[in-house]
Amino acid sequence: MDSSTAPPATSTAESAQAAAARHGGPAEPPAGTPPPRAFSAARFESQLWLAQRVSALVLALCVVVHLATIMLAVRGGLSADEILTRLRASPAWLAFYLVFVASVAVHAPLGLRAIVAEWLGWRGRFLNAGIFLAGTVLLALGLRALAGLFGGPG
Amino acid sequence: MKSAFRSRAHPGFWAFIVHRVSGLLLALFLPLHFWLLSQALHGPAALDGILRWVDRPAFKLAEWGLVVLLAAHLAGGVRVLMLEFLPWRNWQKALLAVAAGCTIAAGAAFALNLV
Amino acid sequence: MTTLQVSVWRGDEAGALQTFEVPRWPSQTVLDVVTAIQRDMDPTLAYRFACRVGMCGSCAMTVNGVARWTCRTHVAKVARDNRLELKPLANLPVIRDLVTDMREFFAKWTRAQGRLTPTRTRADDFARIAPDAPARAAANAGIECIGCGVCYASCDVVGWRPDYLGPAALNRAWTLVNDARDGAQQERLRAVAGDAGCQSCHTHVSCTERCPKQISPTAGIAGLKRAVAKAAWKGTL
Repeated sequence: MDSSTAPPATSTAESAQAAAARHGGPAEPPAGTPPPRAFSAARFESQLWLAQRVSALVLALCVVVHLATIMLAVRGGLSADEILTRLRASPAWLAFYLVFVASVAVHAPLGLRAIVAEWLGWRGRFLNAGIFLAGTVLLALGLRALAGLFGGPG
Repeated sequence: MKSAFRSRAHPGFWAFIVHRVSGLLLALFLPLHFWLLSQALHGPAALDGILRWVDRPAFKLAEWGLVVLLAAHLAGGVRVLMLEFLPWRNWQKALLAVAAGCTIAAGAAFALNLV
Repeated sequence: MTTLQVSVWRGDEAGALQTFEVPRWPSQTVLDVVTAIQRDMDPTLAYRFACRVGMCGSCAMTVNGVARWTCRTHVAKVARDNRLELKPLANLPVIRDLVTDMREFFAKWTRAQGRLTPTRTRADDFARIAPDAPARAAANAGIECIGCGVCYASCDVVGWRPDYLGPAALNRAWTLVNDARDGAQQERLRAVAGDAGCQSCHTHVSCTERCPKQISPTAGIAGLKRAVAKAAWKGTL
């Protein structure tokens, strides 16, 4: 039997509505609250697209800072002492790199997802799981690097 | 029937290829980058060991390549965001020229700071 | 008299090029060349045309590798060393010779909710829409599409994701998103969202580059991306 055409009489939604009606409360959910809906591929893809664009915007700012830092840091060669002293001087650097790592862990796997879908033709749940795993691994590796840079022996 | 290569010979398509390939290479490089930095967990000497090990011309060239890839992906990405989020105007090729210019400038700046 | 060496696709997907020598004349269009072949050399050559003046959108082909409307493409503009290569449009199944099966192309217009869903009846007054209203201007920018399929054949994403709605259908949806008389806005945004929809566009700008009517489907697709993202953010998608 199709549950959407004939819902069971004891469904929680119905009894909650009946209870609300008995107490003179609103039988309808308040206006502006979207009703819960089943999974929608359109919505899921749109949210991923938005995540890709928002992370891109954050990364754009981060990468400008990163490139400027690189240009200055490579003058006269790189040394661990120089890098660690700079980073550990201010908690602002830690906050900056946390945002940087988190954004890239969103942005890079989503980019790979599009490449794999379009150039290798893999799609669907397994690809999504693999991409989620890639993002998690990337985040873990990034946080581990930050742990070393900011909390390692000095 | 596949579309011919010639039909793609326009700047927007090349900008896309640069964006996609640079993004792919940067994504593949990131785990290595993070792993190298995490050597600081073993103390400054371990990180210094890595930094000395990569201090040779071949790696300098590779680093320059990475900086150019990053600058290209940044400039190309800002271009895409502007096309998608700002009111449409006929400035695709101007944006492309600016993006290419920024990439070249970043590559030159890094090269000059290396020597 | 100079002649053109014209290689023409014959057969279906598994066909091959066949070469004809076609007389060259002033102001000759690519469609003139095809017609000359059919009338004087091989009456079995299959191709489509109707209006000959750039209105009907039926004569598009791949000319020297680039999708073009052939009735308004001069030979002088596209021939290289007096050579032309004519193939059917890419990204569409080939029926025979230069004729492609356009059913999927137009089915995607339907899937993208590319039709007006009226909100008024004949008893109502006319909708009054200021010609200079921003939404009307946005709709006008895409409304002159003749459905020739040049953008669709030029789009790499269509080749990579066969279910992608493509530039023409999305451009049509964008004109309706900007139509104040339409009553199916939410359904349309749902129809054009997702990985078969606007978010798969990577802004190659090939459609905008090739459109013979100088429409920018990329502009409309960007508008759809913004509208869909806004709806997804608000939870109304």
